[in-house]
Amino acid sequence: MRPALSVLLLTTLIGAGQGLFIAIAGTETLQVLRAEPAQSLGALPVAGSVVSLLLCALGLVASFFHLGHPERAWRTATCWRTSWLSREVIVLPLLMAVIALYGASHWLVPRDSQMGLGLLGIVLSLALYLCTGMIYAVVKAIREWATPITVINFTLMGIASGFTLAAALAAISAPALTSGFAIWAAWLTLIAALGRFSALRRNTRIVPATTPQSAIGVRHPRVVQRSQGAMGGSFNTREFFHGKSPEFALAMTRAFPVVAFLIPLILLVAVYSSTAGLGALAAWLAFAVQFAGLLIERWVFFAQANHTQNLYYRTVG
Amino acid sequence: MTQLALVIDLNVCVGCHACVTSCKQWNTSGSAGPLVDENPFGADPTGTFFNRVQTFEIGEYPNTETVHFPKSCLHCEDPPCVPVCPTGASYKRAEDGIVLVDYDKCIGCKYCAWACPYGVRELDEERKVMTKCTLCVDRIYDTALPQAERKPSCVLACPTNARLFGDVHDPQTEVSQAIRDRGGYTLMPELGTLPANHYLPRRKTGIEIHEEQLRRVSTPLNIDALPAGMPGPTTEDHAT
Repeated sequence: MRPALSVLLLTTLIGAGQGLFIAIAGTETLQVLRAEPAQSLGALPVAGSVVSLLLCALGLVASFFHLGHPERAWRTATCWRTSWLSREVIVLPLLMAVIALYGASHWLVPRDSQMGLGLLGIVLSLALYLCTGMIYAVVKAIREWATPITVINFTLMGIASGFTLAAALAAISAPALTSGFAIWAAWLTLIAALGRFSALRRNTRIVPATTPQSAIGVRHPRVVQRSQGAMGGSFNTREFFHGKSPEFALAMTRAFPVVAFLIPLILLVAVYSSTAGLGALAAWLAFAVQFAGLLIERWVFFAQANHTQNLYYRTVG
Repeated sequence: MTQLALVIDLNVCVGCHACVTSCKQWNTSGSAGPLVDENPFGADPTGTFFNRVQTFEIGEYPNTETVHFPKSCLHCEDPPCVPVCPTGASYKRAEDGIVLVDYDKCIGCKYCAWACPYGVRELDEERKVMTKCTLCVDRIYDTALPQAERKPSCVLACPTNARLFGDVHDPQTEVSQAIRDRGGYTLMPELGTLPANHYLPRRKTGIEIHEEQLRRVSTPLNIDALPAGMPGPTTEDHAT
């Protein structure tokens, strides 16, 4: 599949935004449940809400560039009964509203009363991961996507990058919490890496259910395409292939585990075991590197997706 | 319940692309607006087509066979492109089973094209909406046309009559009989989309002729010509 920048940005940005909100609201909820002192979170809930909201908004803006008719985007909320895309379009603004309310209430009134909003936001964040993942997991024509691992990985990678960002934000607004967030982020990054590796492994071993034989209904071991009906390209040749060289795709596939998981992991461990100033730098660096790595990861996610329609577009003529 | 569909006979398709051009002509002239053609005379021409004829080679030289394979929307009975549409622009008509796109509702998100396993939906790069075969819905119900012309454009254009059109749910129609009698099959049945369009396989028509049919071994004229050691014809054979 062609990795559209708008979709790469949408999924990585909102993924990190949701993860950040889960990190902050989750920490606050745990503190309230344990009856810990309120001031330890400091300005983090407000700062976190603003950043999380910003990431979701940027993702939403990016998504509009994917549409042919953005002015009709309101219609996407109508088919929530059947379409995961429609459900995502409903849950994202809902989550943004809850994050905004959560941040505003923290700014205006004392903390304890916001646990309900925090929990609601966490539930909506998880629901949004489900929607985003299911958009891809329901596409049966792409075997690489049609697995529950897709949903799990979207969730894990989003939460991991969100916790990394939480560590970076905490380094500024609540330094006492930085190392705590960092160690959580490190563990989550490790688990996300395991999830992504299992998907990579699955992709290399996938046995296509659909073959050139079933595509045209001729039972012979050798079916070779001689013409695709047009010498120039078509929507089918543009949308369903990544359009880069195999070497480039291989380089991206080899790069993303290092950039999205390994380097951030090392940096997060460094955050955990270093002084405040150096830790802040390492935490921000960790997030920047991880975000770039997840963009590469998302590119690979699309590039490795082999659509059954490609069986009809293997030779120009 | 009616399910209109095409039945395409691969045995007689010669790959002339008449269905492709007639489809383009009809659908580019309709009320929905022209189907885009970008750089039609340039180095890299591209455009929207609802129907394409592809060519496949089966087997290893010298035992090869060429299959010309027309491909358009199969109007699946369980279309994967319909439930994924977030706006309801992609829908399947209850009355005749045609899968259509409402161009006024489509936002051009391409999700339906991802969901379709056959690659028969093409985004119109100029109108920015998803387009696909309509089974010439603006033609087959047009009472201003003579009854014989109320068929999809591609069906009327086909010079070898490789394309049949009708209701595949009614067992008495030409298409149902063709599917039944001539081994009609669907594409990618493993995906469970239940395509309404069917394809008729290529057939080898031949007659097996044995040597004895051309030259009766037991004819009396052969007695002298028999190779040495071969038993001659029996008495009964002489009698006949």
